[in-house]
Amino acid sequence: MSISTLGAPARAESAPESLSVKKSRRRLPDLRRWISPLAIVALWQIACETGVLPPDKLSSPWTVLQAGIELAGTGELGDAFVVSTTRVGIGFGIGALIGIVLGIVAGLSRWGNYLVDPPVQMLRTLPFLGLIPLFILWFGIGEEPKIALVALGVAFPLYLNVHSGIRNVDDHLVEATTALGFTRTERLVHVVLPAALPNTLVGLRQSLGVAWLSLIVGEQVNASSGLGYLINNAREFLRTDVIVVGLVVYAALGLVTDAIVRLVERRALRWRAA
Amino acid sequence: MASSLTVEVRGLTKEFGDRAVLRELDLDIAPGEFVALLGRSGSGKSTLLKVLAGLDTAVTGEFTVDGQVSVAFQQPRLLPWRRVWRNVVLGLHPVVGRDVALKALDEVRLADHADAWPRTLSGGEAQRVSLARALVREPELLLLDEPFGALDALTRMAMHRLVETLWQQHKPAVLLVTHDVDEALLLADRVLVLDEGRIASEYILGHPRPRELSDHIDVRAQVLRDLGVNERATA
Ligand SMILES: Nc1ncnc2c1ncn2[C@@H]1O[C@H](COP(=O)(O)OP(=O)(O)O)[C@@H](O)[C@H]1O
Ligand SMILES: [Mg+2]
Repeated sequence: MSISTLGAPARAESAPESLSVKKSRRRLPDLRRWISPLAIVALWQIACETGVLPPDKLSSPWTVLQAGIELAGTGELGDAFVVSTTRVGIGFGIGALIGIVLGIVAGLSRWGNYLVDPPVQMLRTLPFLGLIPLFILWFGIGEEPKIALVALGVAFPLYLNVHSGIRNVDDHLVEATTALGFTRTERLVHVVLPAALPNTLVGLRQSLGVAWLSLIVGEQVNASSGLGYLINNAREFLRTDVIVVGLVVYAALGLVTDAIVRLVERRALRWRAA
Repeated sequence: MASSLTVEVRGLTKEFGDRAVLRELDLDIAPGEFVALLGRSGSGKSTLLKVLAGLDTAVTGEFTVDGQVSVAFQQPRLLPWRRVWRNVVLGLHPVVGRDVALKALDEVRLADHADAWPRTLSGGEAQRVSLARALVREPELLLLDEPFGALDALTRMAMHRLVETLWQQHKPAVLLVTHDVDEALLLADRVLVLDEGRIASEYILGHPRPRELSDHIDVRAQVLRDLGVNERATA
């Protein structure tokens, strides 16, 4: 008995210590994880310099870096960047609005669910990137087909996640708040929508991934400006360094938007953090 | 029915499909009265409570509830995405501020947890928040559906004292649904046993408070018999 009563405070004292150790360890990035990526880049550079990789197949990392700096200097990269992010921005805005509104309508109202859900579920089985020929016929080859492609890709994951988030709200919470006199609006604002938020953010991350993918595909097919145009143009002149620069920018954009959503997630979902 | 009663139920029938869970049930609760409702599992206690809370309107018969009603359930049912103090006052009309929430939380001795997230609370603490949330509405009728059922024995004893104190301060009529006979005998002015969809028996408890477990030992045996428990066999 006395052992356990003595033991308890001692453990309580040591607990914060071990916690802080864990925390500081997590803050330092583990350098061992950088070994193999750096080795790969080094091998790539060596392969290019020894002629194993000819420049018309793949330029060396160093050449790519120089090409990037040069393109940034002339403003070509900046212009392409602005054009492409604008396409994604507009397409994402339209698609997100459609997906979220339809998800809320189908999630909240029985008739909404009957009328909206079946066609959406049918449409989402279509490989939407395969719609490009139709989009070109409908919208021509300007900005519209690219924006429409992004919007379409974005709408589905958001719709599905908002819809299921709302449908899966805990009935017990709805019942309790009803008994406590919440109005319909209060139930929507304080119970249903917050309950659907985690799913919605998952949908947001998925849809951003799809947005960049749709853009890349859309820009490959036909573009006279933007990152896709930069890449296609470089292909004509066998400039593999410029192609890689374009790919790196695409990747960076995808990573940045994903990081932003994760930041939003961490703030908005603080209530359930471990 | 010109009455000074807080709850007046006449001939209440509730059916699920063709199975009647409540049959022609009558029930009166006076203002400020503490009533405990016992009954076997599945006897319809929660069903009756939901009807009184206005959560289930598909019933026949008549009932009136005079004044504000509040409910606390077996699970605290706090909104996980709202801080404790907001959970207490959300849904109040007119909208009130943090000070009101703090006062209510102080009564259940949780004022220092006002800014916590619900998930960080222990079971007993969350249930106390749920009580504060019910009481801050200043109900004339407080409905409690096995509110201590999920708590450990020690916490449950502390909660009994707390509920008794809060009841004495606020004096709402209370309908406490429970399957714990001792809990009913400790807290209630009147114990009802629900069976076959009606109030099958009623016991008026006169012992002054605070009570001991042994205070109504005679009633205890009687109630257990009503519930179909052979005390010797279970003891
Ligand atoms: N929504 C429902 N649909 C069908 N049957 C129900 C429903 N809710 C409760 N019941 C049935 O009504 C009976 C009483 O349930 P309940 O009031 O929860 O009992 P308890 O006394 O344990 O609280 C049970 O047999 C239960 O199965
Ligand atoms: Mg029940």
